[in-house]
Amino acid sequence: VENVRLLDRLSSRKATLGTLYLTATHVIFVENGSETRKETWVLHSQISSIEKQATTATGCPLLIRCKNFQVIQLVIPQERDCHDVYISLIRLARPVKYEELYCFSFNPKLDKEEREEGWKLVNLNEEYTRMGIPNTYWQISDVNRDYGVCDSYPTEVYVPKSTTAHIIVGSSKFRSRRRFPALSYYCKHNNASICRSSQPLSGFSARCLEDEQMLQAIRKANPASDFLYVVDTRPKLNAMANRAAGKGYENEDNYSNIKFQFIGIENIHVMRNSLQKMLEVCELKSPSMSDFLWGLENSGWLKHIKAIMDAGIFIAKAVAEEGVSVLVHCSDGWDRTAQVCSVASLLLDPYYRTMKGFMVLIEKDWVSFGHKFNHRYGNLDGDPKEISPVIDQFIECVWQLMEQFPCAFEFNERFLIHIQHHIYSCQFGNFLCNSQKERRELKIQERTYSLWAHMWKNRADYLNPLYRSDHSQTQGTLRPQTAPCNFLYKFWSGMYNRFEKGLHPRQSVTDYLMAVKEETQQLEEELEILAERLANLQKSQLNDNNKVKIKQQDQSKQLGLSTSNNSLANTPQEYSNDLKSFPSWSPSQGDEEDSALILTQDNLKSSDPDLSANSDQESGVEDLSCRSPSGGGCLPSEDSGKDSDEAVFLA
Amino acid sequence: IMRSSQPLTGTNGRRCKEDEKLINATLRPGKRGYIIDTRSLNVAQQARAKGGGFEQEVHYPQWRRIHKCIERFNILQESLIKLVEACNDQSHNMDRWLSKLEASNWLTHIKEILTAACLAAQCIDREGASVLVHGTEGTDSTLQVTSLAQIILDPRCRTIRGFESLVVREWLQAGHPFQQRCAQSAYSNSKQKWEAPVFLLFLDCVWQILRQFPCSFEFNEQFLIMLFEHAYASQFGTFLGNNENERSKLKLPQKTMSLWSWVNRSEELSRFQNPLFEANSLVIWPSVAPQSLQLWEGVFLRWNRPSKFLDEAHEEIINIIKYN
Repeated sequence: VENVRLLDRLSSRKATLGTLYLTATHVIFVENGSETRKETWVLHSQISSIEKQATTATGCPLLIRCKNFQVIQLVIPQERDCHDVYISLIRLARPVKYEELYCFSFNPKLDKEEREEGWKLVNLNEEYTRMGIPNTYWQISDVNRDYGVCDSYPTEVYVPKSTTAHIIVGSSKFRSRRRFPALSYYCKHNNASICRSSQPLSGFSARCLEDEQMLQAIRKANPASDFLYVVDTRPKLNAMANRAAGKGYENEDNYSNIKFQFIGIENIHVMRNSLQKMLEVCELKSPSMSDFLWGLENSGWLKHIKAIMDAGIFIAKAVAEEGVSVLVHCSDGWDRTAQVCSVASLLLDPYYRTMKGFMVLIEKDWVSFGHKFNHRYGNLDGDPKEISPVIDQFIECVWQLMEQFPCAFEFNERFLIHIQHHIYSCQFGNFLCNSQKERRELKIQERTYSLWAHMWKNRADYLNPLYRSDHSQTQGTLRPQTAPCNFLYKFWSGMYNRFEKGLHPRQSVTDYLMAVKEETQQLEEELEILAERLANLQKSQLNDNNKVKIKQQDQSKQLGLSTSNNSLANTPQEYSNDLKSFPSWSPSQGDEEDSALILTQDNLKSSDPDLSANSDQESGVEDLSCRSPSGGGCLPSEDSGKDSDEAVFLA
Repeated sequence: IMRSSQPLTGTNGRRCKEDEKLINATLRPGKRGYIIDTRSLNVAQQARAKGGGFEQEVHYPQWRRIHKCIERFNILQESLIKLVEACNDQSHNMDRWLSKLEASNWLTHIKEILTAACLAAQCIDREGASVLVHGTEGTDSTLQVTSLAQIILDPRCRTIRGFESLVVREWLQAGHPFQQRCAQSAYSNSKQKWEAPVFLLFLDCVWQILRQFPCSFEFNEQFLIMLFEHAYASQFGTFLGNNENERSKLKLPQKTMSLWSWVNRSEELSRFQNPLFEANSLVIWPSVAPQSLQLWEGVFLRWNRPSKFLDEAHEEIINIIKYN
């Protein structure tokens, strides 16, 4: 569709004219004229909602809201066209078959071996070995090898050595969705463990011998402790209500030596509404500070983030400080349980704070344990009541921790943002379907590519320059405080206002430091090479006493070398100039790369849409603030979020 | 940029040709000027009853008056007290925290002040027009606006010496009544009539800009915190008294040491330098959207949590750059 206008979200008077394209996988807006022909790409999978607004004199507005929080406002001149686009997008954004998803057509030009290797990058068996299993107390069980016991669990589960198949099967019959207690994390320093399950089908008085034996086995697998924590992450009222439906929670009287605890994290519906409210605040045009803070409080979002974090802190404390094992569950054990177990693991084990370790963590507690990616993030068109930002909340917990412990994580904010992006993008096969069983049936690993391999290749972009594995802050357990006045929970504008670069710090400390480190590394390498050459020359000088001429040359070379060595050492100013020319130092670019893509078939398939999909006008001299009011003279207005200096930065 | 106090137009609409001549002299040929009044129109109008007022268009035809309301100083102390109270509330309730933070209005003041300063800077930079800033006395919000505008416009004000000069010029010499304003701070039991954290708000605004442009300032957060402390309590005489007149009468230059003489010693300066600083000649425009403004943890949550992890991060930054 031609002559479509893309409106700037903050300043609706600013619009770019261009052409709108709909392809099988993307919506693409290409700017008219100008040398850059800037493009905005949006994957259909990313589209959360499309709103057709009232036709005005200028055309028909169409608002596209994305799951990665990008908001695109288009104005289509003809109502007919607008309607067509609207209907098409509705269909395209709600695929009915997996094969419609981008991951099945995405082609990064890798061969079969490379694809396989990519999928092998993260290996959970290796992970459990790293934890120290099998050992005296824990082992792998193949009881679920054909998904016969629990179809949302992986084929390989880890259980106390003392449990038999009989106990596991019996326990599974007493658990919602058959999700029996299984190992999530084992702490080899003190034998304490974190296990996870779903709620017991206890109703008001039902009991199950095998389930009680299961918990006992878990407790006994930690001989130094005489009790086991059972943590129900639901609010007490909800859990109690479940009893009427024949489910519920563990009765301390029936299970020997357990200490039961409610933590009180709200359910997926509350979280979905919370996010909705927070996004409404983000969409306010020129809100006052009060509007914003009040809106944020009213959404309850940070309160929920804190609740998840506090639960993780409680469990980490139980394991690390008390040396007590914990069994965690919620209702079905695939949402709050996943959040809380992974936060706790991250606090406990520095490995999960490395890039590779974090990938492993997500594979373990989210992917393998059957978090319902399809239902929660809408791979396919489904029940809107199943949609909920569950993993988004976990990712935010990680970011909040990164803000408080800046040296403790090997990866940076961009890593988290890209992971969130790709959970929704369906460009890779990692986060499809609702369980390992479904993914294997669809042969995901043979037909799609792994996100982890892709990110690992680009890991230089995701490093935290402040991370040092030998630093005291990176080692051991993280122990954050819990009161909000002691742990400042911040609004994550990098995520929820991701595409409004004007709102973010205009110079990126991370990028600057990475550029410095890169340069340092290059200099070190150069230094090594030069030192080697120097040594060689000195050697050859000693050896070739006869060849005077050559010797002379060597000497002059030596002189040349030494002066250049000195110049390297004596001109720090040059380095800072070099730094300025490093493309990566452009402070506002962040994760967006050059968007001068050409619309060839190749590029359509192989480009990372994430990198080109910047609807944000950062490459030009964008003046976000100067809106001339009516009545003489340009009265500068409130939000002086000017980007005019970015042109200089980019130069 | 000029600063003054309010004109004494009163209810009779008095005029003063000398005043008009004076400020007209700053106009560039053929250009209008802007008067930024830091009071709302209502307040400015009410000031007439007490003999004050604002510049009337008929007498100052080449000047366009803009009202950019910044809260009056007496309200600010209450704001600070509420904020500090919120920060001391050890409750685990997030709703309570957020609502107390919002009720203090601290960040609202920050937003107002920064917005007014950006406006003044825009007049200069975008319009090429002269600006006159005043409130009532010209000793509080006026100074916040003029000094922040210079930080936005002039890279020299972002160097350590430049910033020190700015403080001396726009706060000490301009007569901000430090003695009255920085008497006791948030915990005082007696409510002093003239107390207000005007200078702290200014420093907070500088910090907000620093956070948004971390490579554009020669000094770091510690420098700003140090200035905050010395404004309230100091072994140096720099922030004593309410204006130059008083300082001279008290013979402060003869009887006390200057803060700058200590700060500028190289062993002290090294603590206050920003390792990320790269001098640039840019005009830097901060975002005043609520998402861009944050609570100044370094001051308000300073005693609530160990600074260890953030200090280590700062150390690491210094190491990376030093090694390079």
